[in-house]
Amino acid sequence: MLHADIVIIGAGPAGIAAAHTLAEAGKRPMVIDEARYAGGQIFRQAEPLIDELDQPHRYGLDGRRAKAFRRRLDNLTGKVTFRSDTLVWSIEQNKLQLVRGDRIEDVRFEQIVLATGAMDRILPFEGWTIPGVFSLGAAQIALKAQASLIGRKVVFVGTGPLLYLVAYQYLRSGADVIEVLDSNDPLSNVTALPDLGCGGLTFLKGLYYLAHLKVLGVSCRANAVPVRAEWQDERVGALVYRHKGREILVSCDAVASGYGLKPETQLADMLGLDFKFDGSSRQWLPAMDDDGRTSVDGVYLAGDGSLVRGSQVAELAGELAALSLLADQGMADPDRQTMVKRKIARANRFRNALDDRIFPFPHTLAAGLPDDVVVCRCENLDARTIRHTVHRFAEVDVNRVKAFCRLGMGRCQGRLCGSAAAEIIAASGECDISIVGRLRGQAPVKPVSLSVLAGGRL
Amino acid sequence: MTMFDVAIIGGGLAACSAALHLRLKGASVILLERGRCGAQASGVNYGGVRQQGRHEAELPLARRSREIWSRLETLIGSNCEFESTGHLKLARHDDDMVELQAYRDMAEGYGLHLDILGRDQLHKDYPFIAQSYAGASLCRQDGQANPRLVAPAFAYRARQLGAVIHEGCEVVGASRNSQGFELSVAGHDQPYRARRLINTAGAWGAKVAGWFGDRVDEQVMAPNMCVTEPIPPLIGPNLGVCGGSIYLRQSRNGSVIFGAGLGWADTDRLRARPCAQTTRQAAKAAIAMVPSLSSVLVIRTWTGIEGRMADGLPVVGPSPSTNGLIHAFGFSGHGFQLGPGVGAVLAELSLDGETPTPIEGLSFSRCHQGPSSASQS
Repeated sequence: MLHADIVIIGAGPAGIAAAHTLAEAGKRPMVIDEARYAGGQIFRQAEPLIDELDQPHRYGLDGRRAKAFRRRLDNLTGKVTFRSDTLVWSIEQNKLQLVRGDRIEDVRFEQIVLATGAMDRILPFEGWTIPGVFSLGAAQIALKAQASLIGRKVVFVGTGPLLYLVAYQYLRSGADVIEVLDSNDPLSNVTALPDLGCGGLTFLKGLYYLAHLKVLGVSCRANAVPVRAEWQDERVGALVYRHKGREILVSCDAVASGYGLKPETQLADMLGLDFKFDGSSRQWLPAMDDDGRTSVDGVYLAGDGSLVRGSQVAELAGELAALSLLADQGMADPDRQTMVKRKIARANRFRNALDDRIFPFPHTLAAGLPDDVVVCRCENLDARTIRHTVHRFAEVDVNRVKAFCRLGMGRCQGRLCGSAAAEIIAASGECDISIVGRLRGQAPVKPVSLSVLAGGRL
Repeated sequence: MTMFDVAIIGGGLAACSAALHLRLKGASVILLERGRCGAQASGVNYGGVRQQGRHEAELPLARRSREIWSRLETLIGSNCEFESTGHLKLARHDDDMVELQAYRDMAEGYGLHLDILGRDQLHKDYPFIAQSYAGASLCRQDGQANPRLVAPAFAYRARQLGAVIHEGCEVVGASRNSQGFELSVAGHDQPYRARRLINTAGAWGAKVAGWFGDRVDEQVMAPNMCVTEPIPPLIGPNLGVCGGSIYLRQSRNGSVIFGAGLGWADTDRLRARPCAQTTRQAAKAAIAMVPSLSSVLVIRTWTGIEGRMADGLPVVGPSPSTNGLIHAFGFSGHGFQLGPGVGAVLAELSLDGETPTPIEGLSFSRCHQGPSSASQS
């Protein structure tokens, strides 16, 4: 079995910042990531041949930060052990179970930093499973990793900073951005502005994306919600949305949709970390203190995998988690810790306003989804079935609802449908969303074939 | 405070079935469950409804239970996806075939009919099974059901018929006095009272028995279960093998469910979790049995806490020390198929003091540790 004193799960901004900080202190962490190249979602890299293509807008206005990230990575060469293309499929106390290609191996570790990142929060609508309807994250992967677009004529629908960023990236990469439909009204919420000022450059970038889209004549609508995607031939051909009480049909050949992000918390769950309910994002999140420490000794959290606050906070949180880990080994640097925490606190004021007040998850839309809309696509369960289960069994615990009607039992294990399903359960059971609980994380984190599991030495 | 005819500690399948059968006999009943009905072993087990291979001491109970399984729809309003898919027990070699034939002859005496398949017949009828097996024994009457649904459905029906079922209600102590039993519940000042008491506390059954001086050693086990993505219909009967290393079935939705070995169990924290090493061994064993599963994806693993007695058989029967107390725990992995029947037997034992179903081989006294210190009452 392999051994590493410190492992870092995730090679995005948080994981690499943690690796950098640890390497500076003379440690040699093992960094594990599912992707072939480091970068996480924001700085995702393509295969070398694609990477060399001229794609100036791949990273939006973060091109310079992407370059800095790569310099940092280059500096880590030889100082960390990097295991790319590697899925952590299970974790038990001090042992990680990995899959790389068709090989399986275990790694024993002493300390761990979880920087597992986040994925799109999905709001189902009629036809969201039609080919050509993507998540915003998937639309970005196509662009960054494969230099491809999900379509020529794309409608963007959802809410959050990512909505405008991806629309901008697509526009600058040659796509015809038909419409940008936001379920919130970001420009109207002036009360949040003082806090938004704390975001400085980040805030200006956001405004720039929005302004740029508008200047180039892209229709950006507030308070617009998807009603249904319609087929044309073998894929999506139109999106119907509701705006100011009217239903409007736009033709397109692709739809990108996302309603903010949800942390990937399966490993935190399997490690037995305490979770707490975060009222503003309406999600259960692994509990951590201001320094990135968790309820389990030797386990640290950083980045969007613990609390979605964007890549700049993620970098700082990665640094902080590493500093806390070092401090716990008698290598404290209190001045630096204080400084990083101050920066995080300042940036958090902005992100809190952005995520919680400007772009809240449209939970009433989720709660009110029409009965016929498929919510759990793996098990083909519609909203009606979920509501019926809640009523028939007088049950609002999501794991019990799962047991009775197969919600979240398929290939994605509820990663896609979990957010919306929880809202439907809470609304039809007339209880607070926190009572619904959270779907338990169970191995494998992502599907693994029997032959891979059976392979290798046992 | 109400004096119930019968109180039940635990809300697993046997307990919920007992509550229902007690109501059908007109007795007043209260069931107290620490968590949720059917949340532990009853709800997260493999889902096999198997008589074949049961120990002779269990067979009469298994036969009684199977009869109830066949009329779930009328009894509880849902068949809980019960299907007689059959159970095929594979022989690794000719010695196993001898054993299967001997078992067949014994089981016939209990009215359980098994068909022995030779090597050629086995591979002709079930071409997806690995060529290595020497033959098999088929029990057409056996099958499978959805464990997540069964105990809650029994509880639901028992409630409809007037059983009092309290979930999230932990019994922290119980004692016998001249009138009957008193049960102390966490967070309640007043004890619950009943004339008779059924101990169906599962992995915590020995602890409850200990309150009355019935001392017995009960281990804890957490069977390690795996499920795949749905695949087209392939398998048909539930599969097992002589030696018992792996068991495997395809459920109605197409997923293949298999188990082998044990996960981790923590009885104090009420937590159990799968073990990656066991999952890997199970995958290897599953491929050895059905090679075409090799490329199929495992999407989830899970486990739950189950009591296990030293001889691998449950305890079902009256307390050796305390009048009116009936034990049924330590099901050792057999509780799902047996559960409905055990409930019927418990209703008879607690109300009539006897049952027509022979259960002597499962008596408490067979694993009793030394003399009891509790007062006879």
